[in-house]
Amino acid sequence: MATAQTVQAGHDDHHDDHDHKPGFFTRWFMSTNHKDIGTLYLVFAIVAGLIGGALSGLIRWELAAPGLQVFTPDSMLAQLGLFDLADESRARHAYNVVVTGHALIMVFFVVMPATMGGFGNWFVPLMIGAPDMAFPRMNNISFWMLFFAFVLLVISLFVDGGPGRGFGGGWTIYPPLSTSGHTGPSMDLAIFSLHIAGASSILGAINFITTIFNMRAPGMTLHRMPLFAWGVLITAFLLLLSLPVLAGAITMLLTDRNFGTSFFNPAGGGDPVMFQHLFWFFGHPEVYIMILPGFGIISHIVSTFSRKPVFGYLAMAYAMIAIGFIGFVVWAHHMYTVGMNVNLRAYFVAATMIIAVPTGVKIFSWIATMWGGSIDFKTPMLWAIGFIFLFTLGGVTGVVLANAGIDYSLHDTYYVVAHFHYVLSLGAVFSIFAGFYYWFEKMFGVKYNEALGALHFWVMFVGVNLVFFPQHFLGLQGMPRRYVDYPEAFTLWNHVSSVGYVVTMVGVGIFLLVLLEAAIRRRPGEANPWGEGATTLEWTLPSPPPFHQFNTPPVIKPDDHH
Amino acid sequence: MKNWGMGMGKGIAGLMALASATMLSGAAWASTVGQPTPGGIGLQEAASPLKHDAHFFHDWILMPIITVITLLVLGLLIWVMIRYNKRANPTPAKWSHNTTVEIIWTLGPVLILAFIAVFSFRLLYAYSDIPDPDVTVKVTGYQWNWGYEYPELGVSEYVSNLLPEDEARAQGVPYLLAADEPMVVPVGQVVRLTVTAADVIHAVALPAFGLKTDAVPGRINETWFRAERTGVYYGQCSELCGVNHAYMPLQINVVTQAEFEQWVASRGGSMTFLADQAAEAAAVEAAAAEAAAATAAAEAAAAEGEAAEVDAAATETATEPPAAAPAAQ
Repeated sequence: MATAQTVQAGHDDHHDDHDHKPGFFTRWFMSTNHKDIGTLYLVFAIVAGLIGGALSGLIRWELAAPGLQVFTPDSMLAQLGLFDLADESRARHAYNVVVTGHALIMVFFVVMPATMGGFGNWFVPLMIGAPDMAFPRMNNISFWMLFFAFVLLVISLFVDGGPGRGFGGGWTIYPPLSTSGHTGPSMDLAIFSLHIAGASSILGAINFITTIFNMRAPGMTLHRMPLFAWGVLITAFLLLLSLPVLAGAITMLLTDRNFGTSFFNPAGGGDPVMFQHLFWFFGHPEVYIMILPGFGIISHIVSTFSRKPVFGYLAMAYAMIAIGFIGFVVWAHHMYTVGMNVNLRAYFVAATMIIAVPTGVKIFSWIATMWGGSIDFKTPMLWAIGFIFLFTLGGVTGVVLANAGIDYSLHDTYYVVAHFHYVLSLGAVFSIFAGFYYWFEKMFGVKYNEALGALHFWVMFVGVNLVFFPQHFLGLQGMPRRYVDYPEAFTLWNHVSSVGYVVTMVGVGIFLLVLLEAAIRRRPGEANPWGEGATTLEWTLPSPPPFHQFNTPPVIKPDDHH
Repeated sequence: MKNWGMGMGKGIAGLMALASATMLSGAAWASTVGQPTPGGIGLQEAASPLKHDAHFFHDWILMPIITVITLLVLGLLIWVMIRYNKRANPTPAKWSHNTTVEIIWTLGPVLILAFIAVFSFRLLYAYSDIPDPDVTVKVTGYQWNWGYEYPELGVSEYVSNLLPEDEARAQGVPYLLAADEPMVVPVGQVVRLTVTAADVIHAVALPAFGLKTDAVPGRINETWFRAERTGVYYGQCSELCGVNHAYMPLQINVVTQAEFEQWVASRGGSMTFLADQAAEAAAVEAAAAEAAAATAAAEAAAAEGEAAEVDAAATETATEPPAAAPAAQ
């Protein structure tokens, strides 16, 4: 613990005057405070989420009926002038750009900033009894790099991509479509954007690992650490190990595009499939990066509102480690159709299915936590229970897709779209909303309206299920993903899906209303609104916590619950 | 936003109309094989042995298992919500460990997955054990159409484009699925597809046969099917390939052997193309050998001026047969 004390001593020197907050510009633009940076990340994620959600609205609007309605030269969208829909071909390209933009924004600029940047920054130091993150200024750089990565990505939507404005090759950026297929500067901007977002995440990961390893309060061994901190720690390792591979792959893509190399160009001895291996070596851990912090959040919420300690704490922590570890050795299940050796495919089938075991342990442990409890159905608990059910549903379709033999019928269809939206859009996003309501009062010092929060949950729950459940049917019937138009036989379920989008958007509207209502009414928050079930350290502080906390570290007794 | 709302309003009304229309047309289309069924919720009807196996695996192994698991989790959630809410159970228990149930819910899933894996591997290896092919079609993906070639039947590559909307409607075939020049294969025969691409990655997909294979530039992938019934089967490109990704369908017409032979002939090919070619090659070789022998004899025997003349004649004999070969088909 010598290191932690040194760090903390150095930190205290700077901030002797305890709760003095700097001026507006210094506080929000040059921030070194983990809570302020966490807030910045959350605001950023909400704004990016609204943009990403609007893009998905364009997709659902176009697919509400067969034929081209939105992505045509004479549509309303064309009059808006935001996208280049000058002719039929450019309009179809614009659809691909929107699909790509939706994915990249949701993955890199909504879910990751919300779970790691937002909740991670806010609550890892609070939960482990640390005064701040280990490297407060690096924390600031992480955020602003992400911000400018987002700016680059948005710019990339509006510059020439080759077939039209923007890059429309999918978030998987497979060459040759991302090299010879998109000759304009848009793809280069998107690559830079991913580079910088990746660097931001790596710095963030280093910060979390250092903080968690060195700055835990005395007595808080790793085996007594709250599960959210565990989730963030494992996620940080996944980021640290997977993002450099992505950075390497997209750098090779960049040199293939601009400097005449042919890493992925078969005409020069390269291999397009090599890129897919590199991409998914990053991409598969990435999906666990998006969900592991959420696992931690759900554990706390379930335990808090059941007024019962987390069931099987150690199994929960080690299940996350197992998921993170296995997550690195299953990547090619995204590539069953590229023509791999059949024995290799058989291996990836087996490895992928094994992930269901630790995931099952988590699901059942959450239910066992509730079993025998005294459950209070407050808004965060509604989201958490919704999460458990929807994540189970998304998980079992994952088991289906793990089987190469059936994946030949389902690969690149809407079944896959339904699957990953169940685990991400309904899984990760539900865990984010659960965490947001759980910690709302703690972060902002005001209460949200319980009735509005519950309404938000129910509308959203109905909406997203209406959007994504019918997509299983479309996929089983063979509708390919990333299609701007479809045969008439697919009309019914596409239409239901689009109606579901409208319901979901009403839910998002209610969410904004919750924020507005809480901001106007300003009901003062309590230190611990949830009662005896909320046992982690953040609830020992006032709401909002002081600008600097735990200048004297709290001491954790062995019998304290997680 | 206003127009969006209005659009959706109309959309909801349309949905109602559509739902009733679907029920009617669904009945009429119920026997449709080879294309999606309006409002369909399951895998497309199978028309090849592999897809039958896939149906069995999905419908009888995977679906029951995942349904039971999902309902089990839902049931447990509902039970704890009723039995252990704060009114029903005001005082929470304090326990947080139970080794027995933890072992059960770890080993249980392992056994279930092992059970699934048995069927999974069987299906996976069935896909990769390609029987001796009767017909081989080379499929090449282009932005944005497909090229089909029958190298063993002398049918040179032809391009298959999307059938334009007006023509598809006029012919009463499904727009976005129908192609102008389909791939034609004989019923009941093993068809091997060798798949590649010329520009970006595409993917051959044919749901009724359970096929999906990426067309990757610089690589040749193989897959196979044996169509059980004659008819028209549709698939669509299944790897994002740019602007007209949604506009490059695959249409496979499965016909009788006689019709297939007719079609091959109409394409300038022949069922005995390979044998003919071998015979031609042998003939050419024999002619060349003969000419060479003649040349040697002439060279040995004749004066310088005559030798040059014979040489030229021999060269002519040697080059003639290949040029004439297509005409002989």
